[in-house]
Amino acid sequence: MRTTLVLVVMALREAWRGRWLAGLTIGLMVCGELLIRFSGGGATTLVSLLDVALILTPLAGLVVGTMQVHNAREVTELLLAQPLERRRLFVAQYLGAALPLAAALTIGLLAPFAWHGLLLGPDAWRLVALAGAASALAMVSLALAFVIALRVDDRVRALGLALTVWLVGAVLWDGVILLLALLFGNAPIEIPLLVMLALNPFDLARVLLLLGSDAAAMLGYTGAVLQQVLGTAAGRAALTGALVLWTVVPLWAAGRTFARKDF
Amino acid sequence: MIHVTNLCKQFGRRQVLSGIDATIADGRITALVGPNGAGKTTFIKILLGLARADHGTIAIDGQIVGASPAYRGAIGYMPQIARFPAHLSGRELLAILTAVRDGPAEPDLTLAEAFDLGEQFDRPLGVLSGGTRQKVNAVLAFAFRPSLLVLDEPTAGLDPLGARVLKDRLHAERARGTAVLITSHVLPELEELADDVLMLSDGTVAWAGELQSLKRRTGEQTFERAVARLLAGSTLLAVA
Repeated sequence: MRTTLVLVVMALREAWRGRWLAGLTIGLMVCGELLIRFSGGGATTLVSLLDVALILTPLAGLVVGTMQVHNAREVTELLLAQPLERRRLFVAQYLGAALPLAAALTIGLLAPFAWHGLLLGPDAWRLVALAGAASALAMVSLALAFVIALRVDDRVRALGLALTVWLVGAVLWDGVILLLALLFGNAPIEIPLLVMLALNPFDLARVLLLLGSDAAAMLGYTGAVLQQVLGTAAGRAALTGALVLWTVVPLWAAGRTFARKDF
Repeated sequence: MIHVTNLCKQFGRRQVLSGIDATIADGRITALVGPNGAGKTTFIKILLGLARADHGTIAIDGQIVGASPAYRGAIGYMPQIARFPAHLSGRELLAILTAVRDGPAEPDLTLAEAFDLGEQFDRPLGVLSGGTRQKVNAVLAFAFRPSLLVLDEPTAGLDPLGARVLKDRLHAERARGTAVLITSHVLPELEELADDVLMLSDGTVAWAGELQSLKRRTGEQTFERAVARLLAGSTLLAVA
């Protein structure tokens, strides 16, 4: 326990030193501040901020996670030459990446609402859901980043792959769904859409959040169509479960790679 | 005492180690030499558990490498060109290693005193010169009273005084019964230190034995020439 703690603290210090964390937090704060000033802090603000968070979080998680694994390579080798279980080091490195990212997202998203006194307003639980979903997305994208970085030793290729995953998952996927919906709009395509949704963790988080807001129609076809299908308690549980799977399975795969890898 | 039995390792299609058998004795300094790509680094990585052998085993004092990480508690490892986290000081890194090892509360810092590291040990590693960082690297490797030392190019970047201090310490460790495995490309330096030679070539053992008998066998006066001779004619062993 003490060992894991020391390793996590070490990873946290490493993360703190990279300026990206502060940059992400401040960027989100500025975003939130502007949105509150221009649209008043109501549901519109929330949906806009949600859109920003849903695009930015996977990008931050994938890039930061990939870089962190590669940057820690020498330290990893030094630590693995000590009497230390590989799994322990892996868990510590993941936590050392996930905790600060989740904290940066939560603070960056909620701070503007806090200093405008909107944090405890009628939208309180939606704000919490937003921060929670962003954190969950961070966990998913970090897990994917760890898989990529541990399997691809070349830094540039790994980063390129991480960016590709982000581009496909966070940007192109919704376009494909929209295209399908336009082409097969008359057919009952809820089931194929559901499958496509489950295949993309970033979409899962988006839909989960949209179900909680009244603005489903404002954010792409995926959200609008599936409100009816998944708006129930069972639907939400299934979505949450799928999102958890999207964290656990890649993390398990990355841990397995880490445990067997030749450094 | 390290026993290596039929150690094999393949990376992709490249057979890096093909059946290494060797013994590394306690209380002696063994020089691990061989041309580039001979498998020295891979051998060390398997010894440290950083890579896994395809076949064969390494046993350190009877403990099979790979079964549990506990055996590494007895190893002091000095990696080549230490690229430590730049913002940590030597002392902080030492604290991390101590925590990871659940090791002795009082690490052995006599080498830091011998190097006269002083406040350098408390400065971030990123601002230290290459040689000073190498001294910190050495301090960390010797800090936990190892019974096996694995040193990868230990004197690289050290000034003559620092190199002298390190060599004196190595002699003291040998007298204490520590098994020492050193790789270096500076063969004259190894000649000064080594008792035994383990020479790899193309993933096999080209020579294993005492340094003196290697010189006798090749008829050469220096280690460097003996190694060159051995590499030049692999038939030599059969002839001799």
